[in-house]
Amino acid sequence: MTMKYVDEFRDPALITAVALEIKRTVDPARRYRIMEVCGGHTHAIYRHGLRDILPDNVELVHGPGCPVCVLPTGRVDDGLAIAAQPNVALACFGDMMRVPGTKGTPLELKARGADIRMVYSPLDALKMAQDDPSTHVCFFAIGFETTAPSTALTLLRARELGVRNFSVFSNHVTIVPAMRAILDSPDMRLDGFVGPGHVASIIGCRPFEFVAQHYGKPVVVAGFEPLDLLEGILMVLRQLRAGTAIVENQYRRIVPWEGNKPALRALATAFELRPYFEWRGLGFISQSALKLKNTFAEWDSEVRFDVPGVRVTDPRAAQCGEILKGVLKPPQCKLFGKECNPEHPVGALMVSSEGACAAYYRYARIEEAVHA
Amino acid sequence: MLDTNRPAPRRMRFTDDRIEMAHGAGGKASRRLIEGLIAPAFANPVLAPLSDAATFLLNGTRVATTADGYVVKPLRFPGGSIGELAVNGTVNDLAVSGARATALMASFILEAGLASDVLRAEVDAMAEAARRAGVPIVGGDTKVVEHGMCDGMYISTFGVGEVDERLALDPRAVRPGDAVLLSGPIGDHGITILLARGELDLEADLRSDTRSVWPFVERLLATCPAGVRWMRDPTRGGVATALNELARDCGLGIVLREEDIPLRREVRGACEVLGLDPLHIANEGQVLAVVAADDAERALAAFRSVAGGEEARLIGEVRAEHGGTVVGVTPYGGTRAIDMLVGDPLPRIC
Repeated sequence: MTMKYVDEFRDPALITAVALEIKRTVDPARRYRIMEVCGGHTHAIYRHGLRDILPDNVELVHGPGCPVCVLPTGRVDDGLAIAAQPNVALACFGDMMRVPGTKGTPLELKARGADIRMVYSPLDALKMAQDDPSTHVCFFAIGFETTAPSTALTLLRARELGVRNFSVFSNHVTIVPAMRAILDSPDMRLDGFVGPGHVASIIGCRPFEFVAQHYGKPVVVAGFEPLDLLEGILMVLRQLRAGTAIVENQYRRIVPWEGNKPALRALATAFELRPYFEWRGLGFISQSALKLKNTFAEWDSEVRFDVPGVRVTDPRAAQCGEILKGVLKPPQCKLFGKECNPEHPVGALMVSSEGACAAYYRYARIEEAVHA
Repeated sequence: MLDTNRPAPRRMRFTDDRIEMAHGAGGKASRRLIEGLIAPAFANPVLAPLSDAATFLLNGTRVATTADGYVVKPLRFPGGSIGELAVNGTVNDLAVSGARATALMASFILEAGLASDVLRAEVDAMAEAARRAGVPIVGGDTKVVEHGMCDGMYISTFGVGEVDERLALDPRAVRPGDAVLLSGPIGDHGITILLARGELDLEADLRSDTRSVWPFVERLLATCPAGVRWMRDPTRGGVATALNELARDCGLGIVLREEDIPLRREVRGACEVLGLDPLHIANEGQVLAVVAADDAERALAAFRSVAGGEEARLIGEVRAEHGGTVVGVTPYGGTRAIDMLVGDPLPRIC
């Protein structure tokens, strides 16, 4: 029962060997704080129980790379306001369905009769629009550079086919400004980064060079299998031991150093940077999000619909911001596992399987008991 | 021998404003609906265990009864159909309660406009499944609703059987050291339905595992009836949800060795692509059993001797530690919590 390109990276013997090498590389007298930027990494770390096989003095700090986690409540409300319009269907990824807005989650509004549909790809939303010309289909676009190209290609297709009953509500964000915001944050003490492999498969490794050059922190772009992650962590630790800070690419089988040129071209055709955008927990970050270019105004939900655009503050007791920045661990939040749990999330970090809180809740609660 | 000193599990409260699809997914929300809204109103000792079938004494005979509704979409899928599910599902709920089905009844809710041939095919599928399971369908009901009110048809079945008195199934009978036994690969049914809907650009050579599991129970009864503590057919919510319910009901911990869980590569691949945990995916023809450690190997051999049970495995064990939770051990020694299904990744799979 082998799975090409998966089993090779889950080989227990190799994993044990890399874990041993990590143990040999660390200075026992020193403490290491390494941020895995991507939510996919966070999920994999918990899913595979990788923290159990790292030395105690290597701490993994969960980063902001979870698209629904950083989406502010006001934007959820805006999307749901579009869904409330007559003859409009809102199409979104499954992850979005349980993200709470002020008046409930998309799933709850759907149960009350709103036309909200789950899709696996923006092209599915476009097809819904083509199949039913009497309904306007709005695609609630979220995600980093990983998913933005597929939204861009869908927009290009919509224009080419002249589909007028389709639009995109863009909430696409870019990872690099968020990393810079975290590095500039005064309460942040990090030693290095495991860089986001999927994002890098689009934008390449070069955009991360400022982290090494200006902030003196190593970055290793890594894949998502247990062996990828451990090797990425080992490469960061080796740089720290040698006192170097460069960008390295562990995920060479997927990530070209210069990125994916056709995907970048599609992005540049359909999108431009917003002057600023609000991130949950991190506040407003300049040049950190994508909006549709004017040439695509006809397909821009924010142009076609009146959206409230009201900024909604997070519940005060929830400490999503501190957790997103890695200052607090999920169980240190006052609401963790109590008012805020995967079934009734207060903050979005508890919603997505890539959110640090949901991953911690799902996979790591037993830790104390098992190791007792 | 029951351990009555363990605290009774705390029942969930139901405070949700409305019914959502998640309440039908067989996971945490379903459990909350039943424990918090339905069971308190009907409260009685027979209902209290909230198991797959209700068992009670009738003139000195221990009887098991069960009812189940089927709303699967699409009606037909590789390896089965709604009619076949409606028979096997009810037969299986009785089987894992230790009872061979004696009789079934069926209630049909039909949508105006449904092609008679579609109905005929399902009635024939039910007759064939009942014949294979050796159980007569002795009565039922039909209703018709307006066009557009249900997707073709819904079927509910009711079943009754006599519990084998050699069995004493009870979560409180489960002991630390007991073994967890699984009859075969998981997730075939749920993933087959998901792919049969054609909403994903994924194809795989997979079939639903719908079948009667009575032959497994019968073989276990012939081998080591006294060593069988608990059984369940892990349908909606999958193996993870069934074992979490057991962990909670018995107050003990359950440790699964992830590499020992049988899984077809197609199911594994689909789950990797879709971000699903195979332990949360529904099965319609598997049995999960907890057996005494001393009987584990014999019970495994019994399962493997049944046609279609060749891939049965011992997948884990019961521990005194971390009571109330299910823990997975990865092949490289990491651990993770395995929770009940939360939310609703796959609606209307049975």
